[in-house]
Amino acid sequence: MNVHDVLIIGAGLAGQRAALAAAEAGASVAIVSKVHPVRSHSVAAAGGINASLGAGDSWEEHAGDTVKGSDYLGDQDAIELMCTEAPGEIVHMEHLGVPFHRDEHGRLSMRPFGATSRPRTCYVADITGQAILHVLYEQLLGHRERIERFEEWFVTRLLLDDEGACAGCIARDVRGGDLRLLPAKSTILATGGAGQCYRPTTNASICTGDGIALAYRIGAPLMDMEMIQYHPTTLPVAGILITEGARGEGAHLLNAQGERFMERYAPAKMELASRDVVARAEQTEIEAGRGFPDGTVALDITKVPRRRTIEALREIVNIGRDFAGVDITREPIHVRPSMHYTMGGVRVDTDGATSISGLYAAGETACLSVHGANRLGGNSLLDTLVFGRRAGAHAARRAYETAAPTVAEAALADEEGRIEAIVARGPGGRRLPSMREELGRTMHAHGGMARDAEGLRTAHETVLRLKEEAGNVSIDDRGRLFNHDILGVLELENTIDVAEAIVVSAKERSESRGGHFRTDFPERDDGTWLRHIAVWSDGTGVPAITHHPVTVTRWPVQARSY
Amino acid sequence: MAQYTLRLRRFSPETRPEPWWEEVPIDLDPHRSVLDAILDARDRDGTIGIRYSCRAAICGSCGVRVNGRPGLACHRQLGEAAQSSRDGVITVEPMGNMPVLKDLIVDMDAVHWAKIGQVRPWLVVDRPAPEREHLVPHETMVDLTQSMACIQCGACVSDCLSMEVDPPFVGPAALAKAYRFVADPRDAASRERLEDLSDNPHGLYDCTHCFNCIDACPKGVAPMDQIMRLRRTAGSDHGIEDPNNGQRHARGLVDNVRRNRLLDETELLAASYGGRLNPRLLPVVLSSLPALVVALARGKVKVGDLVRLRRRRDGGLRRYFEIVEGRSERIELKLYVSGREDDPGSPAKTPTAAGTSEDAAPSAPGSDAGRPRSGTPRRS
Repeated sequence: MNVHDVLIIGAGLAGQRAALAAAEAGASVAIVSKVHPVRSHSVAAAGGINASLGAGDSWEEHAGDTVKGSDYLGDQDAIELMCTEAPGEIVHMEHLGVPFHRDEHGRLSMRPFGATSRPRTCYVADITGQAILHVLYEQLLGHRERIERFEEWFVTRLLLDDEGACAGCIARDVRGGDLRLLPAKSTILATGGAGQCYRPTTNASICTGDGIALAYRIGAPLMDMEMIQYHPTTLPVAGILITEGARGEGAHLLNAQGERFMERYAPAKMELASRDVVARAEQTEIEAGRGFPDGTVALDITKVPRRRTIEALREIVNIGRDFAGVDITREPIHVRPSMHYTMGGVRVDTDGATSISGLYAAGETACLSVHGANRLGGNSLLDTLVFGRRAGAHAARRAYETAAPTVAEAALADEEGRIEAIVARGPGGRRLPSMREELGRTMHAHGGMARDAEGLRTAHETVLRLKEEAGNVSIDDRGRLFNHDILGVLELENTIDVAEAIVVSAKERSESRGGHFRTDFPERDDGTWLRHIAVWSDGTGVPAITHHPVTVTRWPVQARSY
Repeated sequence: MAQYTLRLRRFSPETRPEPWWEEVPIDLDPHRSVLDAILDARDRDGTIGIRYSCRAAICGSCGVRVNGRPGLACHRQLGEAAQSSRDGVITVEPMGNMPVLKDLIVDMDAVHWAKIGQVRPWLVVDRPAPEREHLVPHETMVDLTQSMACIQCGACVSDCLSMEVDPPFVGPAALAKAYRFVADPRDAASRERLEDLSDNPHGLYDCTHCFNCIDACPKGVAPMDQIMRLRRTAGSDHGIEDPNNGQRHARGLVDNVRRNRLLDETELLAASYGGRLNPRLLPVVLSSLPALVVALARGKVKVGDLVRLRRRRDGGLRRYFEIVEGRSERIELKLYVSGREDDPGSPAKTPTAAGTSEDAAPSAPGSDAGRPRSGTPRRS
């Protein structure tokens, strides 16, 4: 059987960056993605990517902003690493062909973004993620001899060898329905976040936390799972994102009375305070009756010169026109906060290694933690590239020192049986759409922007019930070609497991910090809670909880205001 | 809530050998997307196959034909789709020019991605990278942004008329991708790329300017514009001789008008095939004789036209040639302008063509009819 040195699950920015790094290190690489790589949700990252490349900027300042943005839950050693490697990584992307926009001297241009002390966000109009994703895919095509691509293959489980090390995975060909063993010396999870645990969400329907759930099931701890980011500016229909770049370019937020309400919440940074602060301010305005009847506030982009908007915010001009019927260059557009990002994930070190030998994670799937309790805009793309590269390089190094794993063919037969049992289910169980809806609405209501003990208890009960019911979801499609019913069942199981980890962690943290706001514990409590919460599956069926200290290097913990 | 009917093209080779139509009632608001309607139908029948993901016209998964026009299902609103349909029923079919695998899912690997693979789709570098970023003009990067806004959805490939009759044609998406490298000052293989495209018998001059790709594109990439720019860059900037007839035809037309002051079509045929003495010309002339006989019989061509050159008075034509050829920079004729009434529609100079000037930046085809709301495509 062909054993790859490095197996990568997920082909967004983190996965593709890892694949390139591993291939450049001489490894044979397999990259598996349940959708074509350019459909990955990294494509939707709009505003840009942070690096201290501007005159007078420094990595220390970038790191300081990130630490403060994280509400001091970020691990400062990891943040230092990310910020020192940022300039080199972005210049490398430029060399590969990303058409970053320029200043008048032809150097990289930087736009202001939320909670940064100076303009630090490099961009390609407002399609930065798309531009980088497509350029990385170009490179993947250029490395055909080293990188084997499994496009439209869904990973159903990870494999462990006799010593408990990860030995690859089993994947199902979405196109034809075949199951296949993909043994590997090193395996990297890069499947993005778990937005589909929530409704509404800015995340694509593919963001079902697959990698987080796969790792959780074989005993890897998940960290900071209670830290969920709501993005301040999303359209009320379908949670479509309006980039933070709009506020970076100078747009204002107004309530229904026309007040620039951020004056009351963040007098210094105004609209460019951190996302948790801006989102909460909007929610406060809306709940106090100062929003619009559709439960929104207004984002006024007409403050930005029209020509600049059309050039630098090209995509949201289209989005405003096509999805809201609004010409954003001439009138304000209604927005509200929606679930956007999973700060937590599989606990890893700075090489992307998880606690399970041979298993790595990178990007939104992983948690270092560089984002702590609140991620800064422009740091997620950076996270995917810096730690995707590190994971790819380290996984390749490990592969050199490791013998090919032996995997039991029996595992394949077991998995075949599991899938066939799903197909053979009779009608009578709940239908997939209603279960997705109930999970998402419940998590939004009780595990969203404002949480309390009672709501979290309700959410936990619901999640456990859904877990039971998921074992009997009815499906219509019994074929093998593009059977999205089977995929839907497996994805639902993944979102439910991730939702459980989120709720259990949120119940545990009896304080408010960053994206985690407890109405019953509204203050930050550094004495008790300057700690990470990790949950893991010890086989008992009840998630085990451990605490880990936060690494503080040079930025002392202090009160946070913008 | 409004009541709509979807007419879905179904195909499930595992259960039925032939495709069939299925009508599904939909209860959704008019501003919801056609994708929402398909997913609503799928909630009741999980066997309906469609690729989708972001629901925001950025991932490029849900390319289909709605009422016969290609685009993203998430990018068309139900109310508009119902209005633009002849019988009020919204017809959804898989995209064209690609084999259908199941229902609305087509084999993009077999056609679209295979063609992308033909244009060496990665940046070619031939010297060590600078320590920092390359110093390049902002305008060039903005210009690249237009072709890089392509999300590889395949809508342009779906309705490319040239590809329909000539499947090996490289096609709109792959040529727009090629332009992205040719126009990138960091690429070391621009000339090679243009030479390869020129040598390809199904390359630059296979495009027949039907505008379908421009209408189809949900992101304003305007593939046909990029193809025209590749032609001009190859022929005018690099002086590359295209062995296909298209380039000779275009040059022959200009020379012909310059000399005769009016188009003399009998000369043009010869010019397109490499001159009167070119052996390739004879079979073409012979094969067009029946048409010529019919044209003569119906008085559309007179015998005198074939033998006599009718010189016309200049009529100021020389001055047009002087103006155009006297310019130091090439004027990019923007064939597709999506401007609003208060935007200046003046032509942009190379290389800051479509994409930088205000009237062309945001993608023109909108969600509704795939046409800009304020202004229709200006075609020349």
